[in-house]
Amino acid sequence: MGTWLQVLNSLSFAALLFVVASGFTLIFGLLRVVNLAHGALYLVGGYVGMTATVATHSFAAGALVAAVTIAVAGLLLDRGLLNFVKDQELKQVLLTLGVALVLDDVALVIWGGDTRTIPVPEFLQGAAHFGTIYYPKYRLAVLAAGIAIFLLLWLLYHRTRLGATIRAGVDDAEMVQAIGIDISKLFLLTFMLGSALAGLGGVLGGAFLTLYPGADAEILVYGLAVVIIGGRGSLAGAAIGSLLLGFLATFGQIWFPELAYFVIFGPVALLLAFRPLGLFGRA
Amino acid sequence: MRFFLRALLIAFLVFVIAIPFVLQAYPLTLATEALIFGLFAMSIDILAGVAGRVPLGHGALFGVGSYVVAYHLTVAGGNAWMSIVLGLAASAVVAALFGALAVRTTGVYFLLLTLAEGMIVWGICFRWTSVTGAENGIRGVARPALIADPHTFYYFVLLTVTLAGFLIWRLVHSPFGQALRGISESSSRMRTLGYNVPLTLTIAFTLSGVFAGLAGILFVFLNNFVSPSNVSLDQSTQGLLMVILGGAGTLWGAFVGSAVVIVLSNLVSAYTERWSMILGLMFIVTMLFASEGLIGKAKALVRLYGAGRKAA
Repeated sequence: MGTWLQVLNSLSFAALLFVVASGFTLIFGLLRVVNLAHGALYLVGGYVGMTATVATHSFAAGALVAAVTIAVAGLLLDRGLLNFVKDQELKQVLLTLGVALVLDDVALVIWGGDTRTIPVPEFLQGAAHFGTIYYPKYRLAVLAAGIAIFLLLWLLYHRTRLGATIRAGVDDAEMVQAIGIDISKLFLLTFMLGSALAGLGGVLGGAFLTLYPGADAEILVYGLAVVIIGGRGSLAGAAIGSLLLGFLATFGQIWFPELAYFVIFGPVALLLAFRPLGLFGRA
Repeated sequence: MRFFLRALLIAFLVFVIAIPFVLQAYPLTLATEALIFGLFAMSIDILAGVAGRVPLGHGALFGVGSYVVAYHLTVAGGNAWMSIVLGLAASAVVAALFGALAVRTTGVYFLLLTLAEGMIVWGICFRWTSVTGAENGIRGVARPALIADPHTFYYFVLLTVTLAGFLIWRLVHSPFGQALRGISESSSRMRTLGYNVPLTLTIAFTLSGVFAGLAGILFVFLNNFVSPSNVSLDQSTQGLLMVILGGAGTLWGAFVGSAVVIVLSNLVSAYTERWSMILGLMFIVTMLFASEGLIGKAKALVRLYGAGRKAA
């Protein structure tokens, strides 16, 4: 029974990771920008969602406000800063690193250094039970949300014109531009979508992992690892990477509590060394 | 011009040697710290500036040096000089492992992989309570009696850093350094010429790690204390900022970057707690306007001014 609990823990953590990492991989895949501010966007999204939830007494409204706010933050980041260092991968990475430092500190000023959490809607409080297993309803809801977002993104990717353009852009952005598609608009849209996912992730995660200074770096590193495993711009890769990390993190925590990080990132480092582009990555 | 540079160099040497006579205790600590972080930044510059591989995990190698010395001295109760040898050896081993994995990648992937490697070390320092003391770190690291006095310690650091800096300079200007530059420009060309690119880079990574570890060892002797924040991503980030501020690939620019960051962080801390915001803004502004470093930017501005005068 204990094992089943841990499996559920792994799955719900994986769902959260997927929400965050899918946004990261979208941006990395299409724009080739490694957005190291993604974790900070997650954290700020969580805080904004918390404030909005408390103000409106509605978790859904909080999530929506967070997603929209962070999408706008993404817009500003892309148009206001990244635009000036176009096509210079390393400069972009380091620029986003600076943005992360600033955002974290702004969050610290506004929301303080204490651990905060987002109030969960009433119908998701408490535990659900199946036979002998009791499990928090909210974490099951996160799992469901993760699956729903995966399905929505999958439909967007494979069944819409926008998705087809994004996939084409991941493979060959120049060619997409050459056939007359406004790639700059596509880039911006993707950046905003990816950021919105970070904000949404912040709200989902904020209610069970809690929000605190430093939470951004933790989730960022998990997100990086997921994308490293899955490969740049691959939705399926992000899903598999999230599952793998979800299980490694949960069971690593139990089996080797002191060396948990090693259990998580050891395999990641090995994988990247031998498949530099990840499981599903293409050059 | 040559004469001018030499005069400048001598003036600078007189300045750094005279520092303990001029400065009080606190600024002396800062000067020592600037030297130590200059060495740290220089170790990063071997990879970032010379070999064209930007690492974001050197804080971990710095930390390995600090932690091994701290553990050997306090918990194991060992000899200080022996602890330095052990610290250097440990940094070398960890760096060789990290390097062997990381050199298979380039560009952003190299940066990400070294970041992940750094996080492993950070995680171990943060969680392995029985050995590293987790969040509390390891306290009470005493300097050996010979260098216990702050003035003597300053000269010890100055001597060590100068020696290490000279070794790095020799390394970078040796045929080995040329090979690294060649790899930075085109690793496929170097491979065709018969160079073992991964091996060359792994050796460079290892040496870079040893110097980062040495900086970490000096730092723990200065601070008498080590905690996971000394190993964190912030540490790697700050080191890289120093390299970029000073001008990547110049080596000595590392000390300019280090002095700017250390002095600024202390000045700023006197007025506000928002140092990390200012560090972030410095990063952003540097990337947008002066990615060639402060010195490079200054030179470019002087040239621009000169050109403007000639035109007028």
